[in-house]
Amino acid sequence: MSQAVVSINYKKSVIDAVIAGLLALIVFGPIVGIVLDGYDFNAEPERLMWIVLTVMAGRLAASVFFQTSKGAAFLYKHSSKDEGVHVLLPGHKSKLRWIIPLTIVIALLVPFIASKYILTVVILGLIYVLLGLGLNIVVGLAGLLDLGFVGFYAIGAYGLALGYEHLGLGFWSMLPIAAIIAAIFGAILGFPVLRMHGDYLAIVTLGFGEIIRLVLTNWTELTQGPNGMNAPLPTFFGMEFKRRASEGHVPFHEFFGIPYSSAYKYIFIYLVLLLVVLGVLYVKKRLTKMPIGRAWEALREDEIACRSLGLNHVLVKLSAFMIGASTGGLAGVFFATYQGFVNPSSFTFFESALILAIVVLGGMGSTLGVVIAAFVLTVAPELLREFADYRVLAFGMLMVLMMIWKPRGLVRMTRTGVEQREGNVK
Amino acid sequence: MSSLMEFKEVDVHYGPIQALKKVSLSVNEGEIVTLIGANGAGKSTLLMSIFGQPRISSGEIIYRGEDISKKSSHYVASHGLAQSPEGRRIFPGMTVEENLLMGTIPIGMDHAEEDMRKMFDLFPRLEERRNQRASTMSGGEQQMLAIARALMSRPKLLLLDEPSLGLAPIIVKQIFEILKDVASTGMTIFLVEQNANHALKLADRGYVMVNGEIRMSGTGDELLVNPEVREAYLGGH
Repeated sequence: MSQAVVSINYKKSVIDAVIAGLLALIVFGPIVGIVLDGYDFNAEPERLMWIVLTVMAGRLAASVFFQTSKGAAFLYKHSSKDEGVHVLLPGHKSKLRWIIPLTIVIALLVPFIASKYILTVVILGLIYVLLGLGLNIVVGLAGLLDLGFVGFYAIGAYGLALGYEHLGLGFWSMLPIAAIIAAIFGAILGFPVLRMHGDYLAIVTLGFGEIIRLVLTNWTELTQGPNGMNAPLPTFFGMEFKRRASEGHVPFHEFFGIPYSSAYKYIFIYLVLLLVVLGVLYVKKRLTKMPIGRAWEALREDEIACRSLGLNHVLVKLSAFMIGASTGGLAGVFFATYQGFVNPSSFTFFESALILAIVVLGGMGSTLGVVIAAFVLTVAPELLREFADYRVLAFGMLMVLMMIWKPRGLVRMTRTGVEQREGNVK
Repeated sequence: MSSLMEFKEVDVHYGPIQALKKVSLSVNEGEIVTLIGANGAGKSTLLMSIFGQPRISSGEIIYRGEDISKKSSHYVASHGLAQSPEGRRIFPGMTVEENLLMGTIPIGMDHAEEDMRKMFDLFPRLEERRNQRASTMSGGEQQMLAIARALMSRPKLLLLDEPSLGLAPIIVKQIFEILKDVASTGMTIFLVEQNANHALKLADRGYVMVNGEIRMSGTGDELLVNPEVREAYLGGH
């Protein structure tokens, strides 16, 4: 029966393929078909022809496949029409719970197995996890589109460098202070945008990110402008990770009587960073279950309803901005100490876009999705250095595929319903 | 009977346009009062002005002896005035239970379990759907949820903005049956409606609003038989 119903419309497939071929010609024509040669250019029709033919063949195959019953089932499976948050029953326990401790154990072992290069890449990945988690509170949970998140990242990074240069404070004192300063800036940004939504909010926050960067670039007396500033390394109970310690300090390797290695500092940064990330993950998990977390989500779903219920939207919005910003500030401190140097060119709009891409790719509001996406978008380009020329192409293709099959992000935001307590309605 | 909420000569302007003109009305404790009027008469403006959205330009809104016209929205909403807003405005991504819990913001979760039980007795449909996301429910069920959510804050005065909006006649009838049950518990209700027939049958007293002014007032029964009201809102006969 089901076999008889399915009939393949080859004419439609051929038309699809021709249209796809034309599109490929327009897209690839100027890029692949014409090659600059000094002040002249050469036409390369053969290369172009192969690309267009491949696209047409692929489209034809896909079109025919999607008309078969198997293909239709495949399409149906991957086009989730259901919107929004997935809510599990209260008291739901995932079958994959064991993955969390396993991941933590593996993460703790990484610095002792991996090479120094891999370790530095993973540190970068973790920094972006922090950034993603911070922005996820603002964008994913509270629904406030923030395009200037890099501003808080810059404040954290420059907080460490400036605190070291002007106040003589080290990594450990600046870590909490930078988070607090970033939170204060979060509130400063939050106040004027309380009444804004959507596009307008996005524009203002975009401006905020640029203002921070321009101030850092131009206030040369304080920040040394584009020349950048040095940032201190973390210390282990006052011991430094340098080959020779400064006055009155003992280097880490001499104290323990082990040979010097430049990898020690990365191992240390990694472990501290890992602890901070785990801490932030835990706090975030608790926050989403607390009334404030529910208030953020309610604000995202319907601000007017929130206010009609007596929710103080000022506090709710500011808390989202501040907690998100302080997480960004923490990431900035780690970035500065990891690089040992900060300059304003690290904090361009592209960074904001990348962090937003992490949140969108991961799935708005989904913690697990953000962690995965942060690694995909930061570690993968490092590991695929040979294909660096095609990085942007791959990025674009990834985004297009995501929009088709997973418009809600890699991992859809899922949470368990509010706990039922004893004596609750039956 | 003492007056729970009173509008005294309230004016509201949207820029140069005057939306409410010297509106005076009162809601007494334990009463059901309805405000009827055509589209654009200013009914919703009046209701929203209680919460300061928009702010009134002159006059006073007295609630339990206090002028609330200059207080913030959340102050008003957390002092015994609960509203089921126009267009329901439930939280689509939250479950029925979570929506109800959002209603407890002004008073805290102390009575949440007990009150939720009461709501499920009042609205059995909600109990069937308690762990379902609110967006997956029908319009009538969503309206029930919006009313139940407002009641979760144990209000002194329940404000309803067009609970019949966009609902099938049979569902509207059900909603009004339930409102009758709510009223029988002694709840004071201020109902803003376009569906004059249902509203006036339910209400103790009613006001008719035309172009931002209170044109008529009287008991529900009086207005139901008033020829002018019948002509304008009840389709003649």
